[in-house]
Order: sequence, then structure tokens, then C-alpha cells
Amino acid sequence: MTIDVVGVSKRFKSFNALDNVSLHVRSGELVALLGPSGSGKTTLLRIIAGLDWPDAGEVRFDGEDALARTVRDRNVGFVFQHYALFRHLSVFENVAFGLRVRTGKDKVPDAAIRARVSELLELVQIDWLADRYPGQLSGGQRQRVALARALAISPRVLLLDEPFGALDAKVRKELRRWLRHLHEELPVTSLLVTHDQEEALELADRVVVMGHGRIEQVGTPAEVYENPATAFVHDFIGETLALPAEVRAGRLYAGDRPLALDSQGTADGPARLLARPHDVDFADPGDAPFAGRVLAVRTFGPVRRADIEIAGRDGPVVVEAAVPLQQDLATGGLIGLLPRKYRVFAASA
Amino acid sequence: MGHGSVTAGRQSISFRRRSVIPGFGLTFGLTVTWLSLIVLIPLAALVLKTTELSFERFVAIVTAPRTLHALAVSFGISFAAALVNAVFGTLVMWALVRYDFPGRRLVDAIVDVPFALPTAVAGIALTALYAENGWIGSLLAPLGIKVAFTPLGILVALVFVGLPFVVRTVQPVLADLDKQYEEAAASLGASRGQTIWRVVLPTIWPALLTGFALAFARGIGEYGSVIFIAGNMPNVSEIAPLLIVVRLEEFRYADATAIAVVMLATSFILLFIINRLQQWTERRTTER
Repeated sequence: MTIDVVGVSKRFKSFNALDNVSLHVRSGELVALLGPSGSGKTTLLRIIAGLDWPDAGEVRFDGEDALARTVRDRNVGFVFQHYALFRHLSVFENVAFGLRVRTGKDKVPDAAIRARVSELLELVQIDWLADRYPGQLSGGQRQRVALARALAISPRVLLLDEPFGALDAKVRKELRRWLRHLHEELPVTSLLVTHDQEEALELADRVVVMGHGRIEQVGTPAEVYENPATAFVHDFIGETLALPAEVRAGRLYAGDRPLALDSQGTADGPARLLARPHDVDFADPGDAPFAGRVLAVRTFGPVRRADIEIAGRDGPVVVEAAVPLQQDLATGGLIGLLPRKYRVFAASA
Repeated sequence: MGHGSVTAGRQSISFRRRSVIPGFGLTFGLTVTWLSLIVLIPLAALVLKTTELSFERFVAIVTAPRTLHALAVSFGISFAAALVNAVFGTLVMWALVRYDFPGRRLVDAIVDVPFALPTAVAGIALTALYAENGWIGSLLAPLGIKVAFTPLGILVALVFVGLPFVVRTVQPVLADLDKQYEEAAASLGASRGQTIWRVVLPTIWPALLTGFALAFARGIGEYGSVIFIAGNMPNVSEIAPLLIVVRLEEFRYADATAIAVVMLATSFILLFIINRLQQWTERRTTER
């Protein structure tokens, strides 16, 4: 099923949670809403689910108005951040809940419920926990119960709010891979909210980067990483080495020194040159566009990082650069930085 | 090995365990002393007093029709009042927790009034209201319903004094219940009624049972408000606490204590059962 969000806005008192957001989700796709806290991603998910209503805009499921329906009739599977499992019900009854509440002509016979729940528990690989209560389960197991419960109603859309947020790193990684696998087996249109870029980039077909209630960029994981549309996306996704610069008459300057670098059509004024740390080479301080003093060098495993202090418009700025393992770098010495691949954005953006 | 078994052996003799939380000896000692002074010694004296009676005499007193009737009125109407409070107290509590209406704080404060009001005042006020010439009583009289000076009056008084117990025990539990549980139920297709019945009620159930037990216990012990509204006719609307006072006024102290001992034992058994029931539901909902 496709989801269309058209011009959705939502205010909470004086806080603009969503500002004219539009998004198209294709059928069977797994899309991640990625952004820092307060970016409006959870609000957008809740509006799509029918747990919140927008002040303006439309939400369409397969072209048909979804806002006219309550959450009860939208047939969405929602996995809550803290799972919201019913503590007084066993794992089996939690999963069966959505089938048990169907009455009248939709009533599901007991045998059918048993079969469906067993099948789902097997799918999420916790059939041996059917008689336990949520309080007796680990975080990862609860997560699987929550997912099975949401899938039990054969939802048209699966919405996941920070599904791995409350788990430790190892379990998170394992469940992430498993969820990706499950999505391939069971291609339900899925939307996932996360603030963890690694999760979004690894799991999703497409990533929607959100900031300050707006969508900054929509694209495949490779697109948003390789070609960030805005400085916000560049900063938020992956590591960023930000160098202060200025554009004057279409040319790039560091302080008063003109640079042999492309200003990429950025308007005149203070600018920031953003690059991935591994796209910045070390060079002789005299020849390089940027130079600074090495404050410290750290090594963790295969990665080496150096803190380098360079002169900025308003005093010194410390940037973190990637250091090739074979390179010797003396603390306190001067070193030049030569960006190979970079983007220039106006500093206010 | 050897060392371990020695420690284990010592632990099995003493129930004092090694713990980082200090003060077990002190707090346990104080608890026992305090409970003895305030509760256990007076109750023991009560039981001791009844031993002045022969067993046959004791049985004759407690199985006298008037005693049995008073006990039935006390326990039966207290139970009914606690049930009424469980239902309507839950409704009041629901409104207070879930909705923000003008005057909510005022209503919240009014709930506590039965705690503070001298029960005799409550009894007199209720009697004045429900008497045949009272504001409410005059409305009910044409319908043939008599409240004051009947067992129904006792029910009204006990509902009045028991209400805050249910509201105050369940209120914090519902307030703590995250709305995501109700959202989850709704997203799974449950109607509002199904959500309350299948999700909310089971969660507040243990607290509701506690509130019920407290209201019930209060009803059994209530004296002041009931004697004004009940009419106190032996075998009709006479409560056990009043019968005890009647016996005391006749200087039949042993008779009075015999009735008291029966009340004590019955209340203890009933409260114990409710307590176990409450623990059982609680264990089901918060199992770790």
C-alpha cells in the first residue's frame, strides 16, 4: 500500500513540530524517518497511524483519505518505543489481542486465533515463550512480541517508533538484521522512526532525513550519505569535518587568503566547507588551503583521529581529521589540510 | 566448599540475610514493639476477657438471634457498600484522573471530606436529608422508598464513609498508566469499551481490590454515622458495634467482648482472603 503525506503541519502550543511536510512512500517499501530528537519524526509517524491529528494537510493510504478514519479502522500495525505490551496478558494473549477484540461478523474463531498466533510466534522465533508474561522477558524478546502483536491484524502499514531504542548495542544489531530479513519475507509497507543513522542507513530502502519539523532530504542510504542536500544532512549523517570559510564575489577565502577551491555557486558571505574526514588529505602547511596545530592524536582499532586547531572567523576552531595509519603526526606541530571532495554551504544554513 | 556450607547453615537458622540495606534489626525490633503496644496487646486483652465465659456461654451469646442478625447486618451491608464504592468510586476517580474540567481540584478535595468529617456529623446530616421530611427523603417517599431508619440508611452512611478509600487507592495507579497502552489497544482494533475492559481494568484491579478491602473494613468498624440513620431496631437495623455498646451499657462486659472477638476473627479472615486475592492479581500483572 502507498502512503501519501501532503502538506502536513502540526503545532504543539508554541512549538512547530511539523512544518508543511510532504512525503510519498511506495508500496512494500521500508522507509526510515531519521532525525535528532525534536525533529518531528515521531509526530509524523503518529499522524500517519492516527494517534495524532495534523492542523493542516492530508494523509492518504492508496489514494484514499486516511484522516477520516480513526486509528482503530486504519488497520496499521504500530510498534511502540517501549513496546506497550499488556502486562496482565501472556505472550500468546498479547499477540492474540487484535484478533480477540473482533466481534460480530468479523469474529475470529478460537481455532483460527490459535493457528495465527502460533504461526506469528514462530515467525518471530519466540514460540517457546507463548505462556510467559511480558515481565519475564528480555528487551529483545519483548520487541519481538510487540512486532508479532502488530502483525497479527495483517496491517496494511507497519509503523515502528524507535523499535530498537531501548535495547543494548549487540541485541540491536542482531534484531536490525533480523527485521530486514523479515521485511523481505513479508513485504508490508513499513515506516521506521530512528535517531540512529547507522540503523537507518543499514535497514531502510530509503531514508527521510528530518530536522526542525521539515524534511531535509529523501533518498537511498547511499544518496543521503554521498550527496547530502543540505548542511544539516551533511552534519547529521556520517562524520563531518567543517572548515570555516567565506565567499566573496564568487570566490572562496580562508581569512584574507583566496583558496584554489570551487565555491560551488554559494552566495557571498560566511560559508562552511564540509567534507568527510577520509576525504581530507594532509599536506604541507604552506601549500594547503587550511592549516592548523595538532592538539592530540587518538587511535582506536583501525581508526586514527587527530584534533586540529585552525583559525576561524571568531577565534580558533577544533576539527577532527582522519589520519592514515602510516602517517606520523607530531602533537604541537603545524599541518595542512587539503579537502579532495567537499561541499560548500552558506554558514547560516 | 566448607566455608560456603557453614554460611548456608547459618542463613537457614536466622532469617536475617546479608544485605546492603542497613537497619534491619532496628526497624524489625521497632515494628514488633510498636505493633504489640498498639494492636496486639489490646487485642490479646480482648480475647483474654472472653475466657471469663464458659464455652457454652460463649456459644450461646454469639449464636443468639440478635447477635447473629447484628453481625449479618454489619458484614453484609459493609460488603454491599464496598461494592457500590468500588463501582462509583472508580467512576469518580476516572473523571478526576482523565478529564480536566472546571472545578476539578475542588471535586478532588471534596472526595477527602468523609475522611475528616466527624462521623456523627455525617450521620446527622444524612439522616436529615433522607428522613421522610428531608430534601431527598421527601422525593423518595412517594415512590415508597424509605432510607432513614432502615438498613438502606446504613448502606447510604457506609457508602459515604468508604468512598475516599477506593478513590485514593486507585487514583495513583490510573494516573501512572501510560496512555500508550490504550493507544496500542486502539491500534489493534479495540473499541473504547474493549480497551477499558481488557486493558485498563485489569491493570487497576489490584489497587481496586485494596480500595475495596479498605472501604469494607471501614464499614465493619463504622459506628458514629450509622447509629443516627439506622434506627437501631434489634433484628432489623442494629449493627454489631452498636450491640457491643448496648451490652457494655448493661455492664455485660464479657458478652460485649465475645461479640467483638467474633467480629475480629471474621474481619481478619475476610481481609486476609481479599489481601491474598489482591496479591495474586498483582503478581499476574507485574510479574518480573
